Amino acid sequence: MKLSLHTGLSSKLNEQLTRTLTVLAVCTSTLLIKPLFANEVEFEASGYIAVEQRYFFKEALYPEQLNHKQSSLSIEPELYWQWNDGSDSIIFTPFYRVDSQDENRTHGDIRELAYIHASDDWELRVGIRKEFWGVTEFQHLVDVINQTDGVEDFDGEDKLGQQMVNLSLVNDWGIVDVFLLPGFRERTYAGEEGRLRGPLVVDKNNVSYESSAGQQHLDFALRWSHSMGDYDFGAYWFHGTNREAYLTPVVQNPMSSLESYSLQQYYAQMDQLGLDIQATLGDWLWKFESIYRSTSLEDFWATQAGFEYSFIGVFDSNLDLGLLMEHSWDSRGEVEFGEQGSLLQNDLFLGARLAFNDMQSSELLMGIGSDLDHNAFSFIVEASRRFGDNFIASFDVRLLQSNNENDLLYALSNDDHAQLSLAWYY
Amino acid sequence: MLTKKILLSAVSALSLTLVATASFALTPDVQKGLDISIEAKKRDIGWQDNTADMLMLLRNKQGQESIREIKMKTLEVQNDGDKSLTIFNKPRDVKGTAFLSFSHPVEADEQWLFLPALKRVKRISSRNKSGPFMGSEFAFEDLSSFEVEKYTYKFLAEEQLNGLTTFKVEQYPVDENSGYTRRIVWLDTSEYRVQKVDFYDRKDTLLKTLTFSDYKQYLAKYWRADKQEMINHQNGKSTELKWSNYNFKTGLSESDFNRNSLKRAR
Repeated sequence: MKLSLHTGLSSKLNEQLTRTLTVLAVCTSTLLIKPLFANEVEFEASGYIAVEQRYFFKEALYPEQLNHKQSSLSIEPELYWQWNDGSDSIIFTPFYRVDSQDENRTHGDIRELAYIHASDDWELRVGIRKEFWGVTEFQHLVDVINQTDGVEDFDGEDKLGQQMVNLSLVNDWGIVDVFLLPGFRERTYAGEEGRLRGPLVVDKNNVSYESSAGQQHLDFALRWSHSMGDYDFGAYWFHGTNREAYLTPVVQNPMSSLESYSLQQYYAQMDQLGLDIQATLGDWLWKFESIYRSTSLEDFWATQAGFEYSFIGVFDSNLDLGLLMEHSWDSRGEVEFGEQGSLLQNDLFLGARLAFNDMQSSELLMGIGSDLDHNAFSFIVEASRRFGDNFIASFDVRLLQSNNENDLLYALSNDDHAQLSLAWYY
Repeated sequence: MLTKKILLSAVSALSLTLVATASFALTPDVQKGLDISIEAKKRDIGWQDNTADMLMLLRNKQGQESIREIKMKTLEVQNDGDKSLTIFNKPRDVKGTAFLSFSHPVEADEQWLFLPALKRVKRISSRNKSGPFMGSEFAFEDLSSFEVEKYTYKFLAEEQLNGLTTFKVEQYPVDENSGYTRRIVWLDTSEYRVQKVDFYDRKDTLLKTLTFSDYKQYLAKYWRADKQEMINHQNGKSTELKWSNYNFKTGLSESDFNRNSLKRAR
């Protein structure tokens, strides 16, 4: 096992930590000193440690990549303090993963380090946090605040902590959230040794920004969300650094006689409008998400829409079966491989979720994605079950297939894999 | 306000009963069953809000046990169902998961679930009343607040149960999504506290029995059982509920039951 600690990442982590601690310290000194001593502080520690084993069925497509096996260990403790009956709290959730093969996947992050003050009709949240928006399952189109922790998993659901000041105002007509986001997080990508990447490696040291402020650009977001009877609505405007980089192939080492290329990251500024709606009508959940994004390089629309239907107690048992169908659309249409655009320009997803409702919370999820413009498929199975009171075992299989050389899935077509993980929660 | 609510309940229950019994007027048994239920509800109105800790012990046929640790916050809502926030602490993998429910006597409840790993608030379908709660022998509907409008009634008999004189009342769920055809409920005649419930499944065979014990009185008025034991006769499993730290009139308000409070619930 090759276990390498990455000094670059740890120094970045320190930088992030210092900045947040400063903000926290200012807030604490102005707002809290008195109540802190006037009241009892409650403390809680929890978290998990997980081991994960991946097995890729086929040999690697690119020479530096790992061949079959990839093991890793991750840890995510959560420390929580609250006082004033929970009106004031601090949460600290560091994360670290050690990977046997991909040095980019050996990385750490502060998922959360934030102070929250809750009043009757407003809430202030300051520090590093995670904020999720959206209603659909197969793509999280409107979710924009946090950067994707791309090395973590294939589904893009893992996010990096984002520094923020968030004021949340509760009104009869909905909740209004104002976000000031100082400091941008660069996306993490698989390294040379990693699988689940295209032929060129994304260079984490070759990053440029449209804004002269670079990574220090102050992003801004304003969101309204509300529930009216069977309907839940959310709408927002985001102004700031695009979380998705434009990737351009560049010669990696001009001095070398061997011409090798890597991908340069360019983060543009963007304005984005987002809308998410869910209608909860009996056994039906109807879901719709849409964004309009405008950057100096392009303007486009995209939507993700579909439904989930639940059968309660199928086969005269305690099992619940949920059937899901979603469609992805992007106004940029089909894109050439290596060009900027969305893979999900006209894709259909079908899924089935089986909840056993047993003591072990056993669950099975299956999904098929298909590109309707050309021949490309993805297939996933996720199964999980609790063992004892503290262990969760999960088993995932992902199969990717494409006949079209222009599709990213074609570049990943040797990356079919199974993944087994065991997590201990405390 | 209070009398209005009871009157409304009585009227809607009455109208439902009328529909159920077609052209017949309320028979004395139906009337008495309804009266007992209205009285039981009336004795449990005005507590405003409460918080409590719940420990669930799940046991399978082989005697293997599993624990669920849950915190509940409930707000009494005049002329509607209660608002509640359920916060999970154990098993550890679901720690931080929270469930917000605006219940309604007849229309569908509004329910949201907070998933801490993704920090995601999900609106969920409230149709699943008959499904097991956290893998236990309690269905979601067994844990929801009692509202007169949820059932039609029939008084069966007065019976002795564990040394108490009880009313034995049959209840027929109004909601077609209920997992039961009927419930038989024993309430003691002195305080109108539920002592025992028999649940009959959709095929009308005895499915479960729930017994209440260790009743305690709060604010010199409201009775709560410290222990509830649910036995499933068909699969041999059982679930024991132990309540502790009951607090009433804690000052909870509407603002403790919204998306924001759901996200930071502990």
